[in-house]
Amino acid sequence: MATASTTQERSAELNVLVRKQRSLWGDALYRLMRNKAAVGGLIVIAAAFIIAGFAPLFAPYNPIEIPQNPASQMEPLWTGSKYTDPRYLLGTDFLGRDIVSRLMYASRVSMVVGFIPTAIVFGLGVSVGMVAGYFGGWLDQILMRFTDIIYAFPDFLFLLIIVASFRNSPFGKILDGLMLIFVAIAIVGWVGVARLTRGQVLALKEREFVEAARSVGAKPSRIMAKHLLPNALAPLIVTAAFAVPGAILGEATLSFLGVGIIPPTPSWGQMINEGFPLFAANPWAVLLPAICISVVMLAFTFVGDGLRDALDPRMKT
Amino acid sequence: MADLLEVTDLHTQFFTRDGVVRAVDGVTFQVAAGETLGIVGESGCGKSVTALSLMRLIPQPPGKIVKGSIMFDGQDILKMDDDEVRGIRGNNIAMIFQDPMTSLNPVLTISRQISEALELHLKMDKSEARKRTIELLELVNIPSAKKRVDDYPHQFSGGMRQRVMIAMALSCNPKLILADEPTTALDVTIQAQILDLLKNLAREFRTAFILITHDLGVVAGMTQRINVMYAGRIVEKADTVELFANPKMPYTWGLLRSIPRLDESRKAKLVPIEGLPPDLIAPPPGCKFEPRCQYRRDVCKEKEPELKHVPGSKSDHEARCWGTQEGGWLVDTDWKREIGDTRLLEAIKQETASVTATPETPGE
Repeated sequence: MATASTTQERSAELNVLVRKQRSLWGDALYRLMRNKAAVGGLIVIAAAFIIAGFAPLFAPYNPIEIPQNPASQMEPLWTGSKYTDPRYLLGTDFLGRDIVSRLMYASRVSMVVGFIPTAIVFGLGVSVGMVAGYFGGWLDQILMRFTDIIYAFPDFLFLLIIVASFRNSPFGKILDGLMLIFVAIAIVGWVGVARLTRGQVLALKEREFVEAARSVGAKPSRIMAKHLLPNALAPLIVTAAFAVPGAILGEATLSFLGVGIIPPTPSWGQMINEGFPLFAANPWAVLLPAICISVVMLAFTFVGDGLRDALDPRMKT
Repeated sequence: MADLLEVTDLHTQFFTRDGVVRAVDGVTFQVAAGETLGIVGESGCGKSVTALSLMRLIPQPPGKIVKGSIMFDGQDILKMDDDEVRGIRGNNIAMIFQDPMTSLNPVLTISRQISEALELHLKMDKSEARKRTIELLELVNIPSAKKRVDDYPHQFSGGMRQRVMIAMALSCNPKLILADEPTTALDVTIQAQILDLLKNLAREFRTAFILITHDLGVVAGMTQRINVMYAGRIVEKADTVELFANPKMPYTWGLLRSIPRLDESRKAKLVPIEGLPPDLIAPPPGCKFEPRCQYRRDVCKEKEPELKHVPGSKSDHEARCWGTQEGGWLVDTDWKREIGDTRLLEAIKQETASVTATPETPGE
C-alpha cells in the first residue's frame, strides 16, 4: 500500500531505526566501566599482570639466590629503624634475600594460579553441567551423583588431602609443585560450576528458541554451544570472576601451611610461612606479602561485583 | 498432483504418571505440493502435537510416536535416523512457532539466527548467508533490512519478530512449512498483515503450508482444505468452501457458531460449545464429542463413528458423526437455525459446573 511505504520511508528519515544500537555485551561493558570500584580493580589486576610478566626486568635482585654476605631481616626503609639497608627498599627476609624481588616473582605464581585452574574448572564444569542438563535422564543422574560426591567433601580438607598425598610423587614436582596445585584446585572447584550450568540449562532448554533451533535442524552440540551457552554466560562469568581470587587464596593457604609451592620458588603464602617464626623480629616480612594477597583479592572481588551488576539487567540503574 | 506429505494412521502418545495420553490418535491426511491445509480445533486437541510429530520434535520421553507412517517426498520420516531427520528439518520442512516473543534467542542477532539454517543446510559461508539473510528480511517486508540484520530480537516488535520467524522458515526454500498458530500472539491488525504475507509467499514460492489454528476465521481466507480435529482425531475434513457452506459435524457447527459474523446483528450472542474437552487419558468409549453434543443419541455413547463420506456432498468431504451419515437424524439439520435439544444443553451445562466447581472445605 502507498501509505504503508511512506510510513516506512518516514521512519527511516526520522533516524529512528538508523541510530547505532549497542549490543548486549557492549552495554554490559559500558556499565562495568562506570563502576569506579571495578575499574580500580581492573587497574590493580592489570598492574599485577605487568609486574608478574616482566618480573625479571623489574626485580633488582635474584629472588632465590642467597647473597654473599647477607644482611638478613632488614626492615623497610621508611621505618627508619637501625635495621635498614639502603639497598633494600622493603628490607630482606631471614636469608637476606630482597623482599621487593621476591614479592614480584611471587606475583607470577598468584596470577597463574588464579587463572589456569579457573580455566580448567570452567572447561570441565561447563561441559559436564551442559551435557547433564541438556540430555537429562540416566546421563544426568550419573554425572550429577558423581558431582554430589565431590561436593560432599569439605572443600579445603579435600584440597589438602590431594596436595599432601601427591606432593612427593613425580607429578607433585612438576613446575615446583604448581601443576599439582592447579589440578587439585580444579578437581575441588568444578562441581559448583557444573551445578550452576546444569541449573541454567534446565531452565533454558524448555524455552521455545531451543525448539526453534531444533526445528531448523541444529545438532545438540550446536544448540549447546551456540544457543544455550551464550544465554547462560552471564552468571558463569560472574562466578569465574569470584573463582579467581578463591584459587589465589587457596594457593596462598596451601603454601602457608607448607604444602604448596616447593620452597626456593617464592609465593606470597610461602613468604608468610617463612616470615612467621620471626614475626616479632621483623613483622614486615609477613605483612608485605599479606598486603599483596589482600589487595589482589580485593581487586578481583570488586571486578566480580562490577561484572555481576553489569551483566544482570535487573540491576540496571 | 502427487502428494507431498502423506500421514497415515499417526498415533502419538505421552506416557505420564497418570496414564497414557493419546494426544494424536489415528490421524490420516495428505498435503499436495503447494497446497495450504488448515488444521483447526480447540486447545489440547492434538494439533500442535501433530505438527511436532511431522518433524519428529516430540520431547522423548515422555512422548512417543507409537504407530503410523509419515511419507514426505517418498520417504518415511519415522524410519529415518537422527541425522537424516536433521537434514530435513529447516531444509525441506520448516516451522513457524506460535510465540515470536520467545522463539528467538535473545542473545543472538537476527542475522546469526537466520543464517543458522543457511549454514547448516546450504553450506553457505558467512558473507553469502548474510546477503541471503538481508534478502529474506526484505522478502518479509522488514523496513531497512540492511540496518536491522544486526539487531537483537528485543529491538523488534511482536509482528516484526514473527516476520523474522517467517524469514527463518523460508530461508532454505522448504517444500512444506508448518505454521503453528502463527498469529495467536499478535493483535488483530498485525494478524491480518502476517496472514497476507503468508498467503503471498505460499503463492509466490509454491510452498505447501499446514496452518494450525483454533480460529476458523484465520483459515477461511488462507487454505484450500481444512481438517477439524477433536480429541486427537480428525472429525471432519473438506475443502474450505465446502466446510463453511455445508459443515456436517456438530463440533464444527459449534466452532462456526462461536465466531462473530459481520452479517449478523450486533445484539446476536455468540454460542459457545458447552462442556470441556475430554480427558485424553480415558476418552469416552463412543464418539469423543458425545459428552458435549446437544444432538446426541444412545448410539453415540456406544460406538465411535467412522470418518465417512458425507452423503449428498462433494466427494472429499468426510465427517465422523452418526447423525450425518446415511440415514442419520442430522442429515437435513440446518445448524444456523436449529441449536439442538435445549434440555440436553442445560444438562451439559450443569454437568460441567459440577465438575469444575471447587469442592467446599468442610467445617467452615
